[in-house]
Amino acid sequence: METEAIREYIPLYTQAFILTLKTGWLGILLSAIIGISGGFVLYFKLPVLSSLVKMYVELFRNTPLLVQLFFIYFGLPKIGIALSAFVCGVLGLGLLGGAYMTESIRSGLEAVPDSQKEGAVSLGLDRRQLFIYVVLPQAFAISIPSIVANVIFLLKETSVFSAISLMDLMFQAKDLIGLYYKTAECLILLVVFYIIMLLPVSALGRYFEKKLRFGMYGD
Amino acid sequence: MFGSLGFDVLFKGTNMARLLGGLGIALKISLISVAISIAAGIVIGILISLKNPVMDGVFKVYLEIVRIMPQMVLLFIVYFGAAKAMGLNLSPELSSIIVFSFWGIAEMSDLVRGAVTSIPAIQYESSAALGFNRWQTYAYVIIPQTARRIIPMSINLITRMIKTTSLVMMIGIVEVLKVGQQIIEANRKSSPNAAFGIFATVFVLYFLACYPISCLSKYLEKKWEN
Amino acid sequence: MSNKDTILTVEHLYKAFDGTSVLEDINLEVQKGEVIVLVGPSGCGKSTFLRCLNALEETDEGRVLLDGEVINPAEGKSLSHVRERIGMVFQSYDLFPHKTILDNIMLAPLKVQKRDKEGVKAEAIELLERVGLFSHKDKYPRQLSGGQKQRVAIVRALIMHPEVLLLDEITAALDPEMVREVLDVVLSLAKEGRTMVMVTHEMAFARAVADRIIFIDGGKVVEEAAPDEFFDAPRTERAARFLKTFSF
Repeated sequence: METEAIREYIPLYTQAFILTLKTGWLGILLSAIIGISGGFVLYFKLPVLSSLVKMYVELFRNTPLLVQLFFIYFGLPKIGIALSAFVCGVLGLGLLGGAYMTESIRSGLEAVPDSQKEGAVSLGLDRRQLFIYVVLPQAFAISIPSIVANVIFLLKETSVFSAISLMDLMFQAKDLIGLYYKTAECLILLVVFYIIMLLPVSALGRYFEKKLRFGMYGD
Repeated sequence: MFGSLGFDVLFKGTNMARLLGGLGIALKISLISVAISIAAGIVIGILISLKNPVMDGVFKVYLEIVRIMPQMVLLFIVYFGAAKAMGLNLSPELSSIIVFSFWGIAEMSDLVRGAVTSIPAIQYESSAALGFNRWQTYAYVIIPQTARRIIPMSINLITRMIKTTSLVMMIGIVEVLKVGQQIIEANRKSSPNAAFGIFATVFVLYFLACYPISCLSKYLEKKWEN
Repeated sequence: MSNKDTILTVEHLYKAFDGTSVLEDINLEVQKGEVIVLVGPSGCGKSTFLRCLNALEETDEGRVLLDGEVINPAEGKSLSHVRERIGMVFQSYDLFPHKTILDNIMLAPLKVQKRDKEGVKAEAIELLERVGLFSHKDKYPRQLSGGQKQRVAIVRALIMHPEVLLLDEITAALDPEMVREVLDVVLSLAKEGRTMVMVTHEMAFARAVADRIIFIDGGKVVEEAAPDEFFDAPRTERAARFLKTFSF
């Protein structure tokens, strides 16, 4: 093990780490926007749109991100849609995550008990107020564990970005291994940076889960 | 117009058969890994449910590793790292089966543990009172009851494994995506836009492989809900 | 010292949970065909005592003998063999939720005793007819009422041909209107000469079914008497006070 090499690689990894985070979180933001819209469409059973959203969800939940990225990055330019690797990464992750988020939001909305809605209606709230003040906050609380699970999943999925030549952590590791053959050092740094990226989110997820269970069962 | 996007390339020679062969390799790797995961997951899950504090601690760390480490990173560690650290030259296929099983065993054993510990104590006691020994209690009473919760989830694991097999091209396994790349490369002159058609086809192939399995998992989950 | 018709012997049984003594020096001899009812205030240790009889609880000291053979929780292998000879029915419905009524009854005789399937099935059907549940044989436990489930649990214990049947407050979790149907089954078993040891809070029933009442309080046998004697003229102050809390 050479600490010298590790010290030397850290700035390179940090650069890659920032790019990975940027792509990852932008993709997650996009997936949240898609997920909320898709979840609403399904919850309110909007005609036509509902079936389109369902098709989208099934299509993206049943295909790998890597294949989606290859299609977007290498396939789409052939019909005149050429996007940079960065945009492809964000778009691919957003579309994949959007499918998962849609399911999380929909099931959260549907899990709010009818008795809650009846209670609110009997207090004189109208449909819009019912949705904003009663259904939405509860649905969000119910969805949180699955949303956090999706975030962890999506952050892990960023590891395939290197396949479309995005200079992410994986790309950096592969590149350095190929250049200097310091395999152990490169892999250790790779692991460390992924721990930095994911451990806090994972801990946060557990905290939310506990808090939610407390809110529901009080123990 | 259609031809220029590469769909015609699919029907040239053995191209389609080669793509399907690539998908077959992906399916093979995931099915072997799922089988290992289920078998080992049941054993480990039951062991963990016995609540030994040392095993509990080790298991928690194991779960957390699987929870936060991308499979891609694990693949690299096993494929490149093991060779370097232990002088083991693992084939890419074996490396990917090791990584997928490492991941699958964690999920399965956690699932089994959850299901086993949710069975009320009275079920164990009444089995004992009827003269069942420990092994019989698990075989006839506990495992059949947990199976209904575990089966839909393990089917779901199959689809996730199939999707994740797309990563193995990165350590040199010639699976469907790699075959696609090769076909595009070989037809670069005659059909420069083949990337669109070929990758669209790979996309659809994965969907066709995973969608029915997802549906089955959802169906069983609903059916056995109570 | 033991009578040749003695089926179950308990000698100097001690049991403690986390240092708190639950049972202290319990001695008991059960004769073949005898019905023994354990009564006492909640938490007095009677259920623990019952569970010690088929080694669901380990005993700290003393021993339990079935027909002269020691039941020792340390010897795991012979344990299940002894347990087949002692049937037990619990307070909570403990049927296997993934099996039909008939399969619930047939599982142990087939797998533990390795008996012939046709014979077991015929006997299961006969027993189900006896407790009035034949028409429910293909249902699942969740489709049955509490009283029906307890009757199935009794049948499931009976089909093992136990030499002793232990009943642990089997009506305690039932709605009042279902208690009768379960107790009737137990009464008919007593009439045909089954050896039973039971814990119950149904005092009228205890009086009707018991050959002997054992009153346990604070982990000790306080009084042991024939039912009429115990209910009409308890010898100890503690038993008298206990009986006053029941109006029947």
